[in-house]
Amino acid sequence: MRKFINNDKVFTIFNYLLALFFLLIAFYPLWYVVICSVSDPSAIVTGKVWIVPADVTLAGYRRMFTENDIWFGYARTIIYTLVGTCINLLFTIPAGYALTRRTLPFRKAINIYFMLTMFIGGGLIPTYLWMSKLGMVDNVAVLVLMGAVNVWNMIICRTFFDTNVPVELIDAAKIDGGSEIRIFTTIVLPLSKALLAVMTLFFAVGHWNSYFTAMVYMRSKSKWPLQLVLRSLLLTVNGQDEGVGNGMERMLQLQGMKYAVIIAASVPVLVIYPFIQKHFVKGVMVGAVKG
Amino acid sequence: MKKKKLSIRLRKHWELYVMIAPAFFYILIFHYIPIHGLLGAFENYKPHKGFFGSDWVGLQHFRKFFQTNAFWTVVPNTVKLSLYGLIAGFPLPIVLAMCLNYIPSLKFKKLVQNVTYAPHFISLIVMVSMINNFLGVNYGLVNNIREAFGLGREQFLTDAGLFPHIYVWTGVWQGVGWGSIVYISALAGVDPELHESARIDGASILQRIRHIDFPAILPLAVTMLIMNAGHIMSVGFDKIYLMQNSLNLSASEVISTYVYKQGLGSSNYGYATAVGLFTAIVNLIMLVIVNTISRRLSETSLW
Repeated sequence: MRKFINNDKVFTIFNYLLALFFLLIAFYPLWYVVICSVSDPSAIVTGKVWIVPADVTLAGYRRMFTENDIWFGYARTIIYTLVGTCINLLFTIPAGYALTRRTLPFRKAINIYFMLTMFIGGGLIPTYLWMSKLGMVDNVAVLVLMGAVNVWNMIICRTFFDTNVPVELIDAAKIDGGSEIRIFTTIVLPLSKALLAVMTLFFAVGHWNSYFTAMVYMRSKSKWPLQLVLRSLLLTVNGQDEGVGNGMERMLQLQGMKYAVIIAASVPVLVIYPFIQKHFVKGVMVGAVKG
Repeated sequence: MKKKKLSIRLRKHWELYVMIAPAFFYILIFHYIPIHGLLGAFENYKPHKGFFGSDWVGLQHFRKFFQTNAFWTVVPNTVKLSLYGLIAGFPLPIVLAMCLNYIPSLKFKKLVQNVTYAPHFISLIVMVSMINNFLGVNYGLVNNIREAFGLGREQFLTDAGLFPHIYVWTGVWQGVGWGSIVYISALAGVDPELHESARIDGASILQRIRHIDFPAILPLAVTMLIMNAGHIMSVGFDKIYLMQNSLNLSASEVISTYVYKQGLGSSNYGYATAVGLFTAIVNLIMLVIVNTISRRLSETSLW
């Protein structure tokens, strides 16, 4: 007995060290970007920036504010994200709920219809050709519609409703003569705030961060979302191209602005997520696991 | 009790069908209808002639793909990267979840959780830009450190041999916290009485992990593994494409980037479709194989 307790103490110490290791590994690169964004570019390239900012300056942020491409991209992405997320929620959540109602005829067949999409599909080229036939190339509609239904998230919704909304409640409301849509909006949704929060986050982050759909379908720069603007800005000075073609001056400017741009692009996402993360483990994922 | 007539039952549930309809039609239009385009894999597809007017070439595109040099770089690269990613990325979320499960301080646990989730939310453009900033030859942090220790500056980003490591471990960095969520909630679902009685019987923490926690998350871990096995041939396009440069291409060209370049870059629609179809079929076969093995060994199965 005594021995075990000692072993447990040793374990706990190592366990803390392990957790600390995970914490630092995750934290340091993020911290490095933050301190670089407020340091002088020449201090960064000479390796003076390491744990705290060196030669503190806001020049990177100031310079970023003069790049119109970024701000127009920002504005467009906000619109795409808002509209796209609304469509996501509207398409995914009611369907997920309806599929939990056991009396629904063809429930199983409809479920299989959705599940199968995780394993079979046309793939990139057939989808592209079909979309271009529908006039979706260079059409902003494709940005808000692509991925409107995410089957994986639909499963999470289904399991959430199954485990968190008592069937008796719905049956009682039905006996009182409530219509299905009324029951959904007045009884089920108010019980599902955690799910709504998490789904909103998932979808919004997905829209905010995606570049692939835009890269494939968007021709005109005037419709580019922020991520594509960032790509042309951050990744043109890539790997072997580093330092080639641009003068040292422009290089340093870009280098200094880069970190500010990274921060500006990531802040909206990192700001909303602490408000929502408390729902992750308890509210939503428990259900997903059981399913 | 006799079941009511189908037409009556359908009418009774019309509202539920209305709720499903948007998703149903979206999937139909964006997912199922494009499948007819797979016909292009067997044709010399020309957009103006359409799928039903283009010349039929049978398996010519597949034969061509198997005979090109590209086949021998693209397929091994894809398998290598996804297997490596699977092996490196699979156990660590479990380790993190187990680790956090035995942190007595709730505050510290929350802190670690929140910080390790954060990288998941960074966009891939930003992620790859960070990789370039850390590993760049002239200004990169790692090279600055190397120089401070008197080591030479290295061309990390253009080294094809290093590409798989950079690709996989940055992916692990981004995904480990997020991946641990499902395991953390599975561990939270373990009956506390099991732990209590084991402790009374004198079991150490390590013994409890082995005999209580591990069996509790095993079915979930197996399910995750099966799902991942179904993607062995489709390593994600997004990040690899951004990390490619002309010098690391021998290690970084994978099926998805190849299909993109062949299809949308060079308009070889039929050929690119054939390569995509080949991938999808291999994925499906892998999924069935792994699922069968898993059903035999552990009775965990997707269907």
